[in-house]
Amino acid sequence: MPKATGPIVEARGIHKHFGALHVLKGVDLAVHERELVFVIGPSGSGKSTLLRCLNRLEEPSGGAITVDGIDILDRRTDINKARQRIGMVFQAFNLYPHMTALGNVALALRKVQGLPRAMAEDKARRALERVHLADRAGHYPGQLSGGQQQRVAIARAIALEPRVMLFDEPTSALDPELVGGVLAAMRELRESGMTMVVVSHEMGFARAAADRVVFMDGGRIVEEGQPEAIFGNPQQERTRAFIGQISRH
Amino acid sequence: MTNWDRFLDSFFNARVAAEYLPKIVEGFWLTILLAGCIILAGVAAGLALAVLRSLGIRPLNWLIIFVVDLFRALPPLVVIALLYFGLPAAGLSLSGFAAAWLSLSLVLMAFTEEIFWAGITAVPKGQWEAARSTGLGFFPTFSLVVLPQALRMVVPPLTNRTIAITKGTALASVVAVPEILGAAQAGVSFSFNPTPLTLGAIAYLVLFLPVVILGRWVETRFAWKR
Repeated sequence: MPKATGPIVEARGIHKHFGALHVLKGVDLAVHERELVFVIGPSGSGKSTLLRCLNRLEEPSGGAITVDGIDILDRRTDINKARQRIGMVFQAFNLYPHMTALGNVALALRKVQGLPRAMAEDKARRALERVHLADRAGHYPGQLSGGQQQRVAIARAIALEPRVMLFDEPTSALDPELVGGVLAAMRELRESGMTMVVVSHEMGFARAAADRVVFMDGGRIVEEGQPEAIFGNPQQERTRAFIGQISRH
Repeated sequence: MTNWDRFLDSFFNARVAAEYLPKIVEGFWLTILLAGCIILAGVAAGLALAVLRSLGIRPLNWLIIFVVDLFRALPPLVVIALLYFGLPAAGLSLSGFAAAWLSLSLVLMAFTEEIFWAGITAVPKGQWEAARSTGLGFFPTFSLVVLPQALRMVVPPLTNRTIAITKGTALASVVAVPEILGAAQAGVSFSFNPTPLTLGAIAYLVLFLPVVILGRWVETRFAWKR
């Protein structure tokens, strides 16, 4: 069992090589229970790769990662079991197009947690309610707007009752008018006490909801701190330049 | 006798038609049986190879690619001839039906493997990642998430290829299988009149026109809405 005071996600000295490319150069990240950590940085800074290492969608070349006390990189760890505790939301939603919203949410409940269909669908329906899409349960992804699809994807992840949620640029593929609904769902999730790691450039959301902002560049964490400090008074030159660029639009 | 009468007498001779119709009908059922067996075996084996290939075991994949390319390159008639006339030399003789079935099944297997494989690789990587991130293992992800999408994408090319290979049942006539063409040719040699060939052509139309129309319907039915 994890200690109540220890971080729920702890990554130490994470390195990742893609062939000759050195994408992560020794990253340390600790996320405590109920904390919302925002990761920002220019494209190619390694922020998405770092996030994907946390549930081993990417295999780090070196370092150590524990989530909820489980050693994620240990070969003996049942990664499928561990991943149920780590929800993930993707930039491209990645809903299963051949299943309804309800089917998308219920799939892992049935096939991973082994719930009978009726129970799984009941639980799936409650998850859809949490993102205010209970009335869209029977719709296929193709019949939903991008924002609704992303909320179904959030429901799919939270239905498994994860200990931490990872968001990989959850609003980057959305039309501007659809961003609000997704951010609202994330804010409600945050208020329910979910631990969250969010890769995103939604600065308004970061200011309002984040406990901590981490700025990455060139595969390293350059600076981290409270949102007001990072956005209002960055200490590092690279941070300042980046904040200046993304604030301009 | 005018030329027109001679033409009618040759290709639409009622007496010859009546005499050989039963043989053509027998050939019709035999063609359906042969085609059905080829489709079952060929598509099932093609799917099995595509599934094996998606496991990503390198030496196995080389072997699969080799076999698939071999049967895609060889003309089906050559495969039939090899199995029917060549195997007895190796002490294993197949009936004409078995040789035709095995040959065309192998050819269909090769083409369908490529079609299924193309479908499997066309499913976006994000589908794998989403499923795996919820704790689904490789096999449930493959069978519940990836394969259904792949199958849906490949229905049109699969239907076309299956029709094309199934028409190859006519090649079985060269190894003495009395399917439609075989029965028609036998009729021609006995009656010295080509009318049985006309009957054969009609029989092929009766058999394959509905299949082609069905194929067209399947293509629109499975058009992918995203």
